[in-house]
Amino acid sequence: MSFPEISFYFFATVLVLSALGVITSRNPVHSALLLVLAFFTSAGLWLMLGAEFLAITLVLVYVGAVMVLFLFVVMMLDINLDSLREGFWKWFPFGAFLGLVMAAEVSMVLMNKSFGVNQLPVPPLHAADYSNTKELGRLIYTEYVYAFELAAVILLVAMVAAIALTLRRRSGRKFLDPAQQVAVKRKDRVRIVSMPSEKKE
Amino acid sequence: MNFLPPNLAPAYPEIFLLIMVCVLLLVDLMVGEKMRYVTYLLAQIALFGCALITFTTSVPEVVYTFSGMFVDDALADVLKLMVYITVSMFLVYSHKYLAMRGLFSGEFFSLVLFATLGMMVMISASNFLILYLGLELLSLSLYAMVALRRDSVVATEAAMKFFILGALSSGFLLYGMSLVYGVTGALDITRVTEVIQSGVVDSTVLVVGLVFIIAGISFKLSVAPFHMWVPDVYQGAPTAVVLFIGSAPKLAAFGFVMRLLVEGMGGMVADWQGMLIILTILSMAVGNLAAIAQTNIKRMLAYSTISHMGFMLLGIISADGNGYSSSMFYIVVYVIMTLGTFGMLMLLSHEEFEAERLDDFKGLNRRNPWYAFITLLLMFSLAGIPPTVGFYAKLSVLQAVLGAGYIWLAVVAVLFSLIGAFYYLRIVKLMYFDEPESDAPISPHGDVELLISVNGLAVIVFGIFPQTLMTLCVYAIQRPI
Repeated sequence: MSFPEISFYFFATVLVLSALGVITSRNPVHSALLLVLAFFTSAGLWLMLGAEFLAITLVLVYVGAVMVLFLFVVMMLDINLDSLREGFWKWFPFGAFLGLVMAAEVSMVLMNKSFGVNQLPVPPLHAADYSNTKELGRLIYTEYVYAFELAAVILLVAMVAAIALTLRRRSGRKFLDPAQQVAVKRKDRVRIVSMPSEKKE
Repeated sequence: MNFLPPNLAPAYPEIFLLIMVCVLLLVDLMVGEKMRYVTYLLAQIALFGCALITFTTSVPEVVYTFSGMFVDDALADVLKLMVYITVSMFLVYSHKYLAMRGLFSGEFFSLVLFATLGMMVMISASNFLILYLGLELLSLSLYAMVALRRDSVVATEAAMKFFILGALSSGFLLYGMSLVYGVTGALDITRVTEVIQSGVVDSTVLVVGLVFIIAGISFKLSVAPFHMWVPDVYQGAPTAVVLFIGSAPKLAAFGFVMRLLVEGMGGMVADWQGMLIILTILSMAVGNLAAIAQTNIKRMLAYSTISHMGFMLLGIISADGNGYSSSMFYIVVYVIMTLGTFGMLMLLSHEEFEAERLDDFKGLNRRNPWYAFITLLLMFSLAGIPPTVGFYAKLSVLQAVLGAGYIWLAVVAVLFSLIGAFYYLRIVKLMYFDEPESDAPISPHGDVELLISVNGLAVIVFGIFPQTLMTLCVYAIQRPI
């Protein structure tokens, strides 16, 4: 086996195992960390395909920013695992059956000779001075400029939606207005009541 | 490395709308709570401007721009004009309802316009990537609109279901598209068509891709068995948002089907016809049978949507120009009826009260005979009773199916629409023969009253003279080919 093949199988194995770990791990923090590993190894695979820019972006954006934020959220939410797992064994036979049927169907399709490495053309080798980043930049700002703009609009919608959904007045919130607090008078707080004195029997 | 700047002229409506949304967002910051109707008017102006631009820049030939990603043809122009009219009518119907529920805000209008932009992008997309981006732009705005009423538990639940299932179906669609891309090596719809028709590619992979694409489309069209989200979203979301989800996006979804299945995968008609037949029968069965059991009118109308979408697919199944134009006619008619029905629901609702049970229609004739009559027209049309336009729409898709030789399918469709007539007529019975539950006066607002009258009468006018609308649909479909 050549070096690229060895590294491909290494990355692929780690990727599949860590992806499995994400969904089977009992602890959500472990799941998030395993997802980081999955992203990292897929970045390795992309690097082998010659897509350096995308690989580095994946590490920087997903591993560096998104997953760290995600970890914070997972740690703060204090998810009750027991309630999530409720009814797991009750539905397990049904779920397992569906899973097996789906696996059989997928393998029937994928074992077909239409799928496979030999069906794909070998990707062209590029010269040493070929820059993936430059090529990507050229395409995004020329041929794919329409798609690029649309993606920007989608991000704008996401921003508007996020603000509209979170910036609101909660009803029933305990809130003190400092101005009113300062301006308070004695008579607002203390009420002097005159009561007739009671005699002990 | 020569690159010519794209010809922007065909995309002027989209560009104008995007600028107007940004203006609207900024203006909304400046105006206070009392002047909120300025935002509403601005949204209407934006739609009117778009309509004007689309109408004046319409050229008879097919124009491609943005490296072939954007197409401007008769289908795009006609569908876009209809989308503008629908969205504008939706705004008129819902502004009072929104104001009463604290949803009359700049964010709502900007989300509506963003969704409109997404629909326009889908309608004139000529590339898988653009189709997907347009769809996401539309869906994201819709998810946010459903969730906008944060304090309502049902609305949040509906938004959650809508979002998760919607994301899943987008994933399916994208996976299907990537398989097709893997085989044909092209994202461009014209190029994909060429490659498929040349017959050099492996059809097994294409069919696998097609299955995923159909699953994704079916979700967006709310066709059974991908319909689970529809009743919950219709019930949970505010009526105004339901009206929006049920109307204009259906036009865009029709454009989506035309671009993706008919233009893109046209070489695989034999494969998708079979899949669509199963979907049609299931939708007509699930929609019409489940609707009978509903007591909530919004849920009932959700199931009615499912059955109508099944009917609409009949025209696509027949796979010829005639069938496509009758499908388009069906969609347009369906949108007109939906606008009227939900407009009426919003008219009957007022502060603190949501008209959503069937019983809320009881004795409407006593309370307001004119509204009862309009609802009667709309229900007759939904059931497909002549001389309303709903009858003509059903007739034309059935003719198309018969023309394609599927006699048994036409028989099944007629049987299910007979079953469906029951629950539409039940509402008519409630309105005319039952005692009203409340005597609360219906407070009409000038513009809404006028619009709902026009809308109700359109159902019967188009029913008597369907040719005008039909000519437009035939023009849209047959012009580019």
